[in-house]
Amino acid sequence: MEEVDVEPAVTNIPAASNGTHLGFAWGPGDILVYETLYKTSGAKGSGCPFVHEVRKDEDIYSPILRKLFNESHHIFVGLQTIREDLPSKNKKPQFVSISKNYRSVIRACMEELQQVAELIWNLCEVLFIEAAPAGSLLLHLLDWVRLHKADVDEKAREVLANRDMFRVWQVVSYVLQGRLEEARQMLVKQATLQPAARKMYKLMDALLSKMPFYNPGGTQTLTEFDVKWRHWHEEVDRCLQDNSFASNKHLELICKVLVGDEDTLLEHKDLLSTWYHFLVTRLLFCHPTVKPTELHYYAQSCMTMFLDPRSVPEPLDSILLAAFEFDIHQVIKDCSIALNNWWFVAHLTDLLDHCKLLQSHNLHFGSNLREFLLLEYASGLFTHHSLWQLAVDYFDHCPEFGRVYLELQIERVPLDTERKALKVLRICEQRQMSEQVRSICKIMAMRALRNNRLGSALSWSIRAKDAAFATLISEKFLQDYCARGTFSDLDLIDNLGPAMLLSDRLTFLGKYREFHKLYGEKRFSEAAKLLLSLMTAKIAPRSFWMTLLTDALPLLEQKEVIFSADQTHELMFCLEELTSSLNNTTPGTDRPMQDEDIEVTKVELLRLALARNLAMAIVKEGTVEA
Amino acid sequence: MPRYEQTPCLAALPPTDNKISFWSIGNNGPSGLEDGFEGDPQLLCEHKHDGDVLDLQFLDQDKIVTASSTGAVTIFRHHQNSQTVSVSQRWARAHRYPCDNAPCTGVVCSSPEIVTVGEDGRIILFRADQEGVMRVIENADSSTIHAVTYLRTTEILTVNSIGQLKLWDFRQQSNSPSQILSLSGDRVPLHCVDRHPNQQHIVATGGQDGMLCVWDVRQGNTPFSLMEAHSTEMWEVHFHPTNPDHLFTCSEDGSLLHWETSAHSEMPSFLQGKNNSMISRSAMAPAGGNQSLISAWLSGDSSKGRLETTHMLPSQTLSVNSLDVLGQCLVCGTDGEAIFVNRQVPV
Repeated sequence: MEEVDVEPAVTNIPAASNGTHLGFAWGPGDILVYETLYKTSGAKGSGCPFVHEVRKDEDIYSPILRKLFNESHHIFVGLQTIREDLPSKNKKPQFVSISKNYRSVIRACMEELQQVAELIWNLCEVLFIEAAPAGSLLLHLLDWVRLHKADVDEKAREVLANRDMFRVWQVVSYVLQGRLEEARQMLVKQATLQPAARKMYKLMDALLSKMPFYNPGGTQTLTEFDVKWRHWHEEVDRCLQDNSFASNKHLELICKVLVGDEDTLLEHKDLLSTWYHFLVTRLLFCHPTVKPTELHYYAQSCMTMFLDPRSVPEPLDSILLAAFEFDIHQVIKDCSIALNNWWFVAHLTDLLDHCKLLQSHNLHFGSNLREFLLLEYASGLFTHHSLWQLAVDYFDHCPEFGRVYLELQIERVPLDTERKALKVLRICEQRQMSEQVRSICKIMAMRALRNNRLGSALSWSIRAKDAAFATLISEKFLQDYCARGTFSDLDLIDNLGPAMLLSDRLTFLGKYREFHKLYGEKRFSEAAKLLLSLMTAKIAPRSFWMTLLTDALPLLEQKEVIFSADQTHELMFCLEELTSSLNNTTPGTDRPMQDEDIEVTKVELLRLALARNLAMAIVKEGTVEA
Repeated sequence: MPRYEQTPCLAALPPTDNKISFWSIGNNGPSGLEDGFEGDPQLLCEHKHDGDVLDLQFLDQDKIVTASSTGAVTIFRHHQNSQTVSVSQRWARAHRYPCDNAPCTGVVCSSPEIVTVGEDGRIILFRADQEGVMRVIENADSSTIHAVTYLRTTEILTVNSIGQLKLWDFRQQSNSPSQILSLSGDRVPLHCVDRHPNQQHIVATGGQDGMLCVWDVRQGNTPFSLMEAHSTEMWEVHFHPTNPDHLFTCSEDGSLLHWETSAHSEMPSFLQGKNNSMISRSAMAPAGGNQSLISAWLSGDSSKGRLETTHMLPSQTLSVNSLDVLGQCLVCGTDGEAIFVNRQVPV
């Protein structure tokens, strides 16, 4: 695939003119072009932060194609679940029916211009998936031609105003497509108009009715059929030789067609309209037992005979020819160039790969052709704001690089709403992509934090089990409390449950709130016990100890003794530990004198309260014991 | 039977080409066709919509209210005569952060009142006939409010992302809920809520773990029963408006479930004989009424045995985001950009 297949179209990008080096990335219909810092030797291109988006093809965004992408996704997923261990004999009908499903989706979803895609797909189905042997091969090819001729009939009806001309035309068309029953019915009608030539019509009718067709389900062998067909062919030839139809040009023409006269066929190119119709007609009347391996020879010669030698073959011609040559890779390659999206080749290649037709071929890049094309297609889908979810299933079925692609792409999905974030998160969680789960939750938590939604932020970090971030948010809550004296988002903090254990700071936050609750409910001794344990068990950060001790003040000032002597001792120990560490660490120079004064007064007050409480507790405890 | 429209009505949609579309799916009354298929739904008209449509509801015959990811609340009017749509009222940035938009996640209407909730944790009360905002409850929730529904004329219910069900009374001036009910244990986010059409104390919710919870808001602060339903997020739950023994749920796992409590099997007294349940029921049930007044949804553990669930969609892989049911007609919209219409729901 080294050579350039089609000269690319030139799009002028203003920024490129001043010598800067451009980088680009593909989207489904867009190419993202950006200037890079790369410097070419000699030129003095300097980096520049602008990014330009070049939109080329809006087709991909058409609602019609979105329908195609959505519908084919179901078929794709269905195909991936066909069990590997089934014997291949049982699988073939399934593959054929999946192929037919794809074709009906193409028919239903694509506009007329895209019908060519279905024509190619159908031929691939006949040749590669059905892999019909000699005999039935021709029958399949006939079906193929007939299916795609229907539109031509319509056109002819419009062109040929002359009804008689039309009838003649149609009978011949029927014969060329091997639709002999229909041809005979038309001839019967014509015979009634020409009573003089009744005998001739009768003879033609006999010839047509006698033409043998191979019946793949029957008992007749291919050799028996061949012998029978040769007899019939000789009989037609005899009629031609003895001029049985000489007096009726029309019938003679049909007879010449039946005998497979190449010149006659070529004279009626307008009825055949394409070289592949010519090929199938020629096979029908000359080589009905053609083997798959011989096809390419006939295809090549028919194409040369039919097409103007000076004309360049259209992309469709080369694709079909490559198919007749059983060169699957050429078909895929040409299709990816001729059809302007990856949908067709990705799905066709995937199906052919399931039929084990692509095993031998490995690319010198990526893993294999199937995966390469699926990844390209799915990457395109991922850039679409609504179709990205479809891509996930495609990546799932690319064993080698699918996961990596998904990991890279999923982080680029814009998370406009929480609902979308939840959908992305679910995709990641189902695939154990813990790295991405963390990153998405972090993005959402950061956004909530920026918008001052501490509750939401905490919820997101709990979901990601992100202890560090939970600590950060807990700090914020505590700062808020210190500043305002009340807790915000009580509904969340009161309802933490087991999530409280995620980080030490969060545990402290929850427990500290519990203390306030107990205090509010006047359950003082429980509150006191909890408060003390927050310090002695080292749950509370040292920086918060002063606040906790201050919280103890009102408890110490109660009429009845709440802290026992032991507990008071512990509180005193905490206070001493705190003041000594404060004296050691802060020299007190940069601190305003006022603050220092308040601190000192606070400590004094606490010392006093603690001493008084200790005295009371000792007295009380002594009294009880006595 | 998949029915396409150009953009899914209720699915998360890109900002560039979101639309509000009005469809006619034909009436489900007696028709000339015996097989019940009246052909494809017809697109009547559509209108551009800024932001993803996160919720929508009919206000009256021809007006629809949408909740946008941009935080806007919009009333669209459908002109039946000309088959066009126009914006009849719009509150831009109704839901917002100090310096950013906040998605509006849910809307509920009781004409002319409209209540919306959002990721900003605010509850806003509008009146369709007034430009201003009637009332805002700031900081109604510290986490995201995912859905809202009316409990009674002046009371609403909200569910949030920390597993709480909150009851708000607009008659009270305070900005705190009159009641908080919550899931015990893990704080599983709740995504949807619906109220029993006849028995207003019965409420169904669905959450992140796909469980269906039935609550009795008169008693207890925890759900009355929990039923395993879907494997992932339940996006919407709806009681059948006229036959509330039937309930419908849809989920991120791509399934749409039809729940049926066969309360009727218990009802005929001739089958019951003189057993205890008969006595206990008559002791509990208020007199009068031909329906089972003790709702099948609240009949305790035994209800699990009498609850039947049916999958309403063929095997699906993409999320079913929204559903609605009326009469025998069930409609749902999926992430596969498809709308499914079932005109013969057995209710």
